[in-house]
Amino acid sequence: MSKEEKKVNRRDFLFTASYTVGAVGVGAVIWPMIDQMNPDKAQQALATTEVDISSIEPGKSITVLWRGKPVFLKRRTSEEIAEARAVKLDDLPDPQKDEDRVKEGKDEWLVMLGVCTHLGCVPLKDKGDFNGWFCPCHGSHYDVSGRIRKGPAPTNMEIPKFEFVDNNTIKIG
Amino acid sequence: MSEHEYVPKSKAAKWFNDRLPLLTLGAHLTDYPTPKNLNYWWTFGGILTFCLITQIVTGIVLAMHYVAHADLAFASVEHIMRDVNYGWLIRYIHSNGASMFFLAVYIHIFRSLFYGSYKSPREVIWIIGLMIYLLMMAAAFMGYVLPWGQMSFWGATVITNLFSAIPLVGDSITTWLWGAYSVDNPTLNRFFSLHYLIPFLILGLVVLHIWALHVPGNNNPVGIDIKKPSKDTVPFHPYITIKDAFALLVFMIIFAGFVFFTPNVLGHSDNYIPANPLVTPAHIVPEWYLLPFYAILRSVPDKLGGVILMFSAIFILFVLPWLDTSKVRSAVFRPIYRQFFWILVIDVLMLGYVGAMPAEGIYLVLARVGTIYYFLHFIVVMPVVGYLEKTDPIPMSISEPVLSGGAEPSLARKVNDKV
Repeated sequence: MSKEEKKVNRRDFLFTASYTVGAVGVGAVIWPMIDQMNPDKAQQALATTEVDISSIEPGKSITVLWRGKPVFLKRRTSEEIAEARAVKLDDLPDPQKDEDRVKEGKDEWLVMLGVCTHLGCVPLKDKGDFNGWFCPCHGSHYDVSGRIRKGPAPTNMEIPKFEFVDNNTIKIG
Repeated sequence: MSEHEYVPKSKAAKWFNDRLPLLTLGAHLTDYPTPKNLNYWWTFGGILTFCLITQIVTGIVLAMHYVAHADLAFASVEHIMRDVNYGWLIRYIHSNGASMFFLAVYIHIFRSLFYGSYKSPREVIWIIGLMIYLLMMAAAFMGYVLPWGQMSFWGATVITNLFSAIPLVGDSITTWLWGAYSVDNPTLNRFFSLHYLIPFLILGLVVLHIWALHVPGNNNPVGIDIKKPSKDTVPFHPYITIKDAFALLVFMIIFAGFVFFTPNVLGHSDNYIPANPLVTPAHIVPEWYLLPFYAILRSVPDKLGGVILMFSAIFILFVLPWLDTSKVRSAVFRPIYRQFFWILVIDVLMLGYVGAMPAEGIYLVLARVGTIYYFLHFIVVMPVVGYLEKTDPIPMSISEPVLSGGAEPSLARKVNDKV
């Protein structure tokens, strides 16, 4: 190679310039082709859901659909809250305090995505070894705070962005 | 490849052939010298071609009646089953055809494993074949989503969520695949588009697969290189075409048996319930042909680890030609490897069985043992056995063992040894 090394000439410059412009052009066309598959405006428009929670009794829960995914709204009893808070963080695969999973002063309301963090199935309520949820697909057990305790799921069930519009209404998203 | 140059008889044919040598190609395919000892395990190439064409033809017809929309898909499939003339027949051929396609491809792959057809100089045929297999799995998965039943929806959810295991970008990739924040109408639309595309990609790869095959020619049960054409070969037509046709007929009888007598036995009854994003079926099971990989996925108690191992189980096959160190192709002459081959067959069947069972207790143990053996077979057994094994003597030509009196080449050899 070194023996035949040539000086950079005008033709090399033209080759490099052509390839560069070509690569930029290809990239500019490919990106729209890739990005068109991301959620469109209509999907993004479904970003918030308001839920009336006035009729939920303590210890009961409801499931609503938000962005095509189920959201669990559980009104926990004081025993359940106490149980969730008695758990040592060392016992959790994904350590997180129960206090950090609810809104301050609204401790009884657990609002979380009802989606198993393993492969996306909907866990069943009041099942499993920890008095919380159990995912039938691959056997993940969640506790009364929706935290992963046993099974293949890597993380706790996700808490979506939500706020209390008033005492009886929650806005998710 | 035939030695003599093909010359069309008529003037018109010659005129055309000089401009586009299709007739030369036809003559090559007709005369193509094929080993004369090919057994019935070699008929699955033709059977697979039949399967692909069947899926394309029935699929195009179904697409004329199907509606790819989350609100209408399920009803349109029922419409095909009840209202469309012979719609039930065409759909049952298509859905059972997928299973028959995989049945044939697994036999084809294991035939290649037994007779060493993946080895030099046929590595490229093998790799193209695996690419076809990967595309088949993608097509089958997306096709299963289209009826938008419970299994469709939750199968799609579980499989697309595999990608969420990728660190950092996993969630963005999953959202990108969905085109929404869950499996939803945009997902169904794009799956339909891709499901229609993939068979034609497969068709293109099949052409390359056969082209690559016609360069070295067929492997054969004895696994030796042969002179072509010679007394060891016969022309493809009529000798192989008639054998392929007979095997295809038997295959079609089995196929028809499924279509007419038990069209739903390989499916899952939950898929006759419309998709419901709020309720996951109690038992999520993929189609039977994906079960061994599903068992491998579930055998690992870690999300990312399970996904990596499952994909490795497929991708390890791509380097198989270089993991096998034996100079002898056919397992007929490899007494040790032959036994490990059958252990692998049993292992994969067992993984398929436990993949359909709940992932707990004895099934989980079996899945783990099966997974470990699967990888050991390719990473340890193949290189080591190929290196240490004392193989049986291989014949000089296909004709030799036949002429010396035995039907089985290995048997003939034993007779010779005594003499």
